Amino acid sequence: MNKLTYENVTMRFGDVTALDHVSLTLEPGHIYGLLGRNGAGKSTLLSVTANWRHATEGDVLLNGESVWENTRAQQQIVCMSDGNLFPTMRVKNGLLWYSRFRSGFDMEQALRLCEKFELSLKAKIQSLSTGYATIFKLIVAMASQCPFTFYDEPVLGLDANHRDLFYRELMEDFAKNPRCVVISTHLIEECSALLDHIIVINKGKLMLNEPVEDTLSRGYTVSGPAGAVDAFTAGKKLFGTQNLGGLKTAYVQGTPDQEKAPDGLEISALDLQQLFIQLTNV
Amino acid sequence: MHFDGEKPIYLQVAEQIEDAILTEAFPEKSQIPSTTEISVTYKINPATALKGINLLVESGAVYKKRGLGMFVAQGAKKKIMEKRKQDFYDRYIVSLLEEAGKLGISRQELAAMLGGEEENHE
Repeated sequence: MNKLTYENVTMRFGDVTALDHVSLTLEPGHIYGLLGRNGAGKSTLLSVTANWRHATEGDVLLNGESVWENTRAQQQIVCMSDGNLFPTMRVKNGLLWYSRFRSGFDMEQALRLCEKFELSLKAKIQSLSTGYATIFKLIVAMASQCPFTFYDEPVLGLDANHRDLFYRELMEDFAKNPRCVVISTHLIEECSALLDHIIVINKGKLMLNEPVEDTLSRGYTVSGPAGAVDAFTAGKKLFGTQNLGGLKTAYVQGTPDQEKAPDGLEISALDLQQLFIQLTNV
Repeated sequence: MHFDGEKPIYLQVAEQIEDAILTEAFPEKSQIPSTTEISVTYKINPATALKGINLLVESGAVYKKRGLGMFVAQGAKKKIMEKRKQDFYDRYIVSLLEEAGKLGISRQELAAMLGGEEENHE
């Protein structure tokens, strides 16, 4: 099976370490959420994947072969790019050029997506609005049909309808071609149900790399009157707390013991966004 | 279908299909939506949708016809009703009494409310 492996990938810019010995493996059939705060190193990770930058140390390997300046490997990988390669072209022509570079490019799908998102084929790529610039890039990424597809902030500037459309198209596309999908995003709540695996990068270091289920079973939420919450959580390990007047919410590590929950306390599941905030809020 | 954060999504998928079987939106012997349809419509990971459907397969509410899809089993509605009746006390009565306690509603008042509800239906 295809495998994309990061081996101790480290990236330094002067005395700033953007990535610090990151090791992980990506496989087809999964939708990974690549999460991290601003400046955590997500984009740097994408850039060493897509041959835009060479890692200072370590390497990214596709089935054991370095992806750096490796055309054959790069044919298997597509990253939604920051810039566009053909800014002065019109959308239709731009798609044609991408299809020449990408052997698996599905032009029919690309045109169908343009129609669904109402992206004019005649529009100039460089004069697209923020939302449509994102839409153009995600259409290119999806239609490239690469075994490793990286979406970088795929809903940036998209209105609610277009975000909804993207998530549906993504699931439909994934059902037809269950490749490796990586979504790098800050909108965790919105896409958490799409993901089956979580990768959290914090300050350049790999913090979490596990199935979503494992992440969500790391803890639970207890809320109620502050005194009762404090009594209940005494001696327990916490991810963090939040106060609202006399009410308190605690994010507790471990599994809840339903029997012991006293009256007036509400115990609920952790959601990914809360957990992420608590973990990276240091 | 709307998912809340209280329960794992796969459980909610299973419950909502059960609801549809109870209301006969999915009659017995009829086909239920595929994993892909559920995944696309509700924007959830296909593995989550599959896990939900598998719960129903285990409980015998739905069964797989090879190459055709998943179908509601005969007698599924009755089975689900029995199971739900068992859960009814824990899920509704306990929380009803808790909320009534918070609001200072007495048992008599509660009984009157329940009686009144019945009269309204008649």
